[in-house]
Amino acid sequence: MPLIQLRRVFKNYRMGELEVPVLVDVSLEIQKGELVAIMGASGSGKTTLMNILGCLDRPSSGEYWLDGEEVSKMGADQRAMVRNRKIGFVFQNFNLLPRTTALDNVAMPLSYTAGSLSQREARKRAREVLARVGLAERLHHEPSQLSGGQQQRVAIARALVNRPPLVLADEPTGNLDSRTSEEVLALFEELNREEGVTVVLVTHDPHVAGHARRTIHIHDGRIVGEPPEAHREGILRKGGVP
Amino acid sequence: MTWYRTVRTALHSLARNPMRALLTTLGIVIGVGAVIAMMEIGVGSSSAIRKTIASMGANVLLVLPGTASSGGVSFGSGSVMTLTAEDAEALLKECPSVRNVAPVVRARTQVVYGNRNWVPAVMYGTTPAFLDVRDWTELAEGEGFTERDVLNANKVCLLGQTLVRELFAGESPLGKEIRVKNVSFRVIGVLSPKGANMMGMDQDDILLAPWTTIKYRVTGSSLQSLNQSSSSSSASSGNTLSRLYPSSGVQLYPQRSETQAGDQPMPVRFANIDQILLAANSAEEIPSAIEQVTNLLRERHRIRPGDPDDFNIRDMTEMTRTLASTTSLMTNLLLWVAMISLVVGGVGIMNIMLVSVTERTREIGLRMAVGARAKDVLQQFLVEAVVLCLVGGALGILAGHGGSYLVWLTLRWPVESSPEAVAAAVGVSASVGMVFGFYPAWKASRLDPIEALRYE
Repeated sequence: MPLIQLRRVFKNYRMGELEVPVLVDVSLEIQKGELVAIMGASGSGKTTLMNILGCLDRPSSGEYWLDGEEVSKMGADQRAMVRNRKIGFVFQNFNLLPRTTALDNVAMPLSYTAGSLSQREARKRAREVLARVGLAERLHHEPSQLSGGQQQRVAIARALVNRPPLVLADEPTGNLDSRTSEEVLALFEELNREEGVTVVLVTHDPHVAGHARRTIHIHDGRIVGEPPEAHREGILRKGGVP
Repeated sequence: MTWYRTVRTALHSLARNPMRALLTTLGIVIGVGAVIAMMEIGVGSSSAIRKTIASMGANVLLVLPGTASSGGVSFGSGSVMTLTAEDAEALLKECPSVRNVAPVVRARTQVVYGNRNWVPAVMYGTTPAFLDVRDWTELAEGEGFTERDVLNANKVCLLGQTLVRELFAGESPLGKEIRVKNVSFRVIGVLSPKGANMMGMDQDDILLAPWTTIKYRVTGSSLQSLNQSSSSSSASSGNTLSRLYPSSGVQLYPQRSETQAGDQPMPVRFANIDQILLAANSAEEIPSAIEQVTNLLRERHRIRPGDPDDFNIRDMTEMTRTLASTTSLMTNLLLWVAMISLVVGGVGIMNIMLVSVTERTREIGLRMAVGARAKDVLQQFLVEAVVLCLVGGALGILAGHGGSYLVWLTLRWPVESSPEAVAAAVGVSASVGMVFGFYPAWKASRLDPIEALRYE
């Protein structure tokens, strides 16, 4: 059974009178333990796809099965619980709580888990995960005292703390320099290889996508087998990473 | 999300901006502080008033004899002697709400010691119970007279401070003989100072003696001499005005003829007394004491149902109530002002919470993304507002208490701490937090996580 299964998903946004289609007939399967990149130019619908995959948004029509559950018909509270247990988010701008230690930042999602752990267990779990991403020395540092790469690793630890089967990373290297980008991507590969976490990287950067074992291209709201020539050349002409 | 963790998160969020939290809650601090200070000063002054009234004799009732009337003209209360010493004894025995009873015989005459003399404002013949009824059992010197003195009509007396000052001028009066209407009395005790009463009358200008002594040895009065109608004509002895304007020739009121007197005999009881002073068990029992006394006296005086009482009962509660209601009116007024400032403080909290929600939109989005339900977000912001208010309330209690202590220190106003006010302050500040924190919290919980995450 695949971890993620999208069946004929459509998503339309309403702009005044007009219905603007953003995703058109997207069908997709991702197996457990895959490291997948979703690639597309801005406006291609990849953010919308990620929101749907992350249960933040619901498709206008179609089905979304996540880990054996049909989540597209769920209400907001149910989706919140699914997000809490099954999905870890990593954002481009890290989204750490300011003036809050790395440890508390990582332990934060655990407080929303039903039948939650005690404070001590939660902190223990957070400490373990921070050690896993190589920040055992920086438990009590606040985000302002950490470098960009370290902040993103705290964010990855936060995504992993509830042991979700799926980690969704939205442009995880967008705010990092090339060296730390490599480190963060290496961390994703390592987690995928060693812990069996399914990682979905959403990016417009072919270099990031190069780390994935499978790349799904999205163009104008449709999944395409190969990126269109013109699009690829456009990127190459600009020199790869914008 | 457990309560412990919610409160901890709220405290943590507030600690991220301590200065702002403090300024936000300042309105609550001032409001609660004002409430506490008002309550403490109000409670203090009303208990001070209660003490002042108690100094005049706590829960005292006065039974006065009824009115005499002649030819349709009544002479006002006290113009006929209907009360007896036996009435007083019966009241003590048969009225459960009455703590103590003292019969009183009044006189007003000159007191002489050596070459000095004085007319005390009050000269009472009574029983030892009088001192208990008036809360005056502490004597400055000597001791009070006893029941035996009353039975034997012994010529002993107690003097008030003013009288001692006027007659003895520094000498100790104990054991000295003073003369009252040429009857010599031995001074056996001096009353403690009591000061002026609420009317400004000097309560220390007093002579107390056994009522039998005053009645039989000093006044020797009968019905006729105390009856106003006849005293108006017989008042010529000491009053010089009556010599200028002789009244003896003119009779304002028709005299009772002998036939009338024979038809309606006015009984003369020689043990008549002028008034009876009662103490009720407590302020709450005053109404029931009045009822019991009325029933008993009507029965003893054989008054038929429907006929008017031949006595009057007066109580001090009227005065107590007036004073207490004045202070409670002031306290309530100030309390309302303080409440208004609490509401203003609440609006301040709402304002800052709204700013805080806008400012932390990204955080809300993130929390929603990692699994916070709308309910959790609502709870978090609500708890934050309530915690803010409770912290303000706690500071306000301290400030109010300190303020009233300062008032006591500088102005010596009576102050009394009131646990009810503290409980009310905590309750009010928590509910201010709830009421004014709800809208911002609700707004936060209604955010769309996608929009919130992208919010710049």
